[in-house]
Amino acid sequence: MKKTILSITAIATLAIGLIGCGGAKKDGSGAMSGGNAEKVYVAPGEHDEFYGFISGGFSGQLAVYGLPSGRLFKVIPVFSQDPEKAYGYNEETKPMLNTSYGFVPWDDAHHPDISQTNGELDGRWCFINGNNTPRIARIDLKTFETTEIIEIPNSAGNHSSSFVTENTEYVVAGTRFSVPVPQRDMPIDEYKGNFKGALSFISVDQEDGGMDLSFQILMPGFDYDLAHPGRGASHGWFFFTTYNSEEAHTLMEVNASQNDKDFIAAINWKKAEEYIKEGKFKTMPANYAHNVYDEHTHTATSTMKKEVRALDPAECPGLVYFLPTPKSPHGCDVDPSGEYIVGNGKLSANLTIHSFTKMLEAIKNEKFAGEAYGIPVLNFEDVLAGTVVQPGLGPLHTEFDDKGNAYTTFFISSEVVKWKLGTWEVLDRKPTYYSVGHLMIPAGNSRKPSGKYLVAMNKITKDRYLPTGPELCQSAQLYDISGDKMELLLDFPTIGEPHYAAGCSADLIKEQQTKIYKLEENKHAWVAKNEKEAKVTRNGKEVHIQMTMIRSHFAPDNIEGIKVGDKVYFHVTNLEQDFDVPHGFAMIGANTSELLIMPGQTESFVWEPKQPGVWPMYCTDFCSALHQEMQGYVRVSPAGSNIELSWSLDGE
Amino acid sequence: MKASKIIMIIAALLPASLFFVPMWTIELSAPQYPEPLGMEIWITKIADMKTGDLQNINLMNHYVGMKEIPTHIPEFDVFPWVVGGMVILGVLLGFIGNRVLFLAWFWLAAIFGSIGMYDFYQWEYDYGHSLDAKAAIKFMDSAGELITYQPPLIGTQTILNFEATSLPAIGAYLLFLGMVLSIVAYWVGRYEAGHKFPPL
Repeated sequence: MKKTILSITAIATLAIGLIGCGGAKKDGSGAMSGGNAEKVYVAPGEHDEFYGFISGGFSGQLAVYGLPSGRLFKVIPVFSQDPEKAYGYNEETKPMLNTSYGFVPWDDAHHPDISQTNGELDGRWCFINGNNTPRIARIDLKTFETTEIIEIPNSAGNHSSSFVTENTEYVVAGTRFSVPVPQRDMPIDEYKGNFKGALSFISVDQEDGGMDLSFQILMPGFDYDLAHPGRGASHGWFFFTTYNSEEAHTLMEVNASQNDKDFIAAINWKKAEEYIKEGKFKTMPANYAHNVYDEHTHTATSTMKKEVRALDPAECPGLVYFLPTPKSPHGCDVDPSGEYIVGNGKLSANLTIHSFTKMLEAIKNEKFAGEAYGIPVLNFEDVLAGTVVQPGLGPLHTEFDDKGNAYTTFFISSEVVKWKLGTWEVLDRKPTYYSVGHLMIPAGNSRKPSGKYLVAMNKITKDRYLPTGPELCQSAQLYDISGDKMELLLDFPTIGEPHYAAGCSADLIKEQQTKIYKLEENKHAWVAKNEKEAKVTRNGKEVHIQMTMIRSHFAPDNIEGIKVGDKVYFHVTNLEQDFDVPHGFAMIGANTSELLIMPGQTESFVWEPKQPGVWPMYCTDFCSALHQEMQGYVRVSPAGSNIELSWSLDGE
Repeated sequence: MKASKIIMIIAALLPASLFFVPMWTIELSAPQYPEPLGMEIWITKIADMKTGDLQNINLMNHYVGMKEIPTHIPEFDVFPWVVGGMVILGVLLGFIGNRVLFLAWFWLAAIFGSIGMYDFYQWEYDYGHSLDAKAAIKFMDSAGELITYQPPLIGTQTILNFEATSLPAIGAYLLFLGMVLSIVAYWVGRYEAGHKFPPL
């Protein structure tokens, strides 16, 4: 009897406990309960701990976010015109978007990568590739401006790009679509054996970041999908995944998915340097644009380059080896030690990890399974380090933390899976919402990853946000990875398609920021460094207005003597030398964007007045208490008029 | 050499620092200027605290009709001679070693210093009161008088959205230290002559 009472008491206690728990769960569910909101809360006026540079994908731009807050700070225009900042619209930056195909005002931005020194992020530059019209851009992380774009010849679909070696010796580009090299008119069905895949190594000047296409390796006609550099012991090597080793050219979704294994191509770029030194390259005619923005002239120039040095791997023993990797591997990721090369076989049930040490051993013993187009193919078993067995469906990309763990995204099963390097056991899995592509751990592709946060980038959001018609936002999701289990902290929408991202500690970048451009260092061809230098000159039908702007007026602000049919250049210099005081400039009816001019900078646009009258101009960026008064007039007379050119400010 | 002489020579040399460092600073902070704007007053020039500050102070000031901060004032032609003269005179007196003359040097420095401060006040007054009649912004106080913008001689004062702080800079402190040392030199001289230290 006593026992029964005790039991009843116990059950009752348990029940109360359960009800209590249930109640608490109901009230406290969601982010607040676990303190997750607090973990991403950055108080007003406080700064985020990390910068996240999230690619805009098909927007062609690069967005700068703070992490963990997910706040958007800036959209850096890279491959697409941006009327807000006049990028690709003003006379100064139009040359940035020049290519061998002419002016291409858009691209598909893919993989940002931050420069490194000794395998660690150094915060000097961020590189990003344009996929469609093959290009690589360099963004200066002192100004957060795109300062250089180099076009990649012999390429099509610059996808396995723009990853840097561990001292930023090179940034690479690899062609996703193999093409005839050089391009020529030929039947498509003669693809096999005739098309080539170029892997490009672009050297980076350590002083100014200047890019130069050093050499290309002309590989067999596969599709070169993704890449990552060796680091530590494997420094000097670069690894590229391939698919379509079938060399199909039609109905690729079927015909390029037939082989059980495709390859990871291991490129010994130090060996390539030796071959270049020995002169074993072929100089090929080429035509590609190299566009550089000068911080002192505030102007970009575009130069067409005419040749490229090419290496043929069949003639360069030891340059390239193929590592068989199951089923169309997508991501090609190297762990922080440089020992493991992860091939994310997107159609495979398992995740394949190769060993760099085993690879070197097999090469030393010349144990080859065969060759493809003169390139040795290693035995799968000889280079295999391990397999993560059935971790999920559709593995795409892997990044690493600082505790020997790897994190892989699975597109088909919409999840991130955490697994252990060396034991290959799955430790945790968390859903993503939905269809995750890349993931990013700040410094996750370096010798020293941060182990705090993981950002998953999703292609589809469906019901996750307020709907906005047929086109919905894509999103990023922030996970806390500091503990044993991952924890979803935050969803935030992104611009365009968040294709891939690079992240680093904010301390690396925030202290080196350029606040103003020094006016005395302005070497723009049409600068006016003070109001006395402001003037208007006519050269036939071309009129150049050298104008200044400072709180809160233009000089001059009254201009007469312009005629219909003139081509009027406004060259506007912002005389401010104060942090965060840009001025904008707009002219009624100008067939272009506004100008947004930073302190100490000069920018220009063309205005072609079409009818006589008096036409206003004004400052577009709310600059001061008298911003609304920052305006002026231009008098336009009929074509044959004899009104003299004159200009003034306050009658002077 | 006697200690009093050495002290006096050091005292006389200290004001020479005014050729190398500013003597006064005025800083202006506001909500939109969390990092304050500032000017340094030297014996030969008025300078930016950081690049662009003077231009930015002028830009703020022109809305209420204040004059631009002058790049050159007549005082800059006089100050270097006065300071240089005092240094040479003080060093000479140090070598001569007459302690009463040390005191005289102190009083001369004090008189020049006072004239300098009075001149500074006059300049500030003019700067804050001579306003352009065409100024874009004219604020009235509760009595219906036009607000003026004179910065404080020393200390902190709120002027519209700005908090203005006017303080001596390193040069002024070194000058002051020189003056104190000249009195010390006088006392030490008395002691060397057999007098007891006067009660403090």
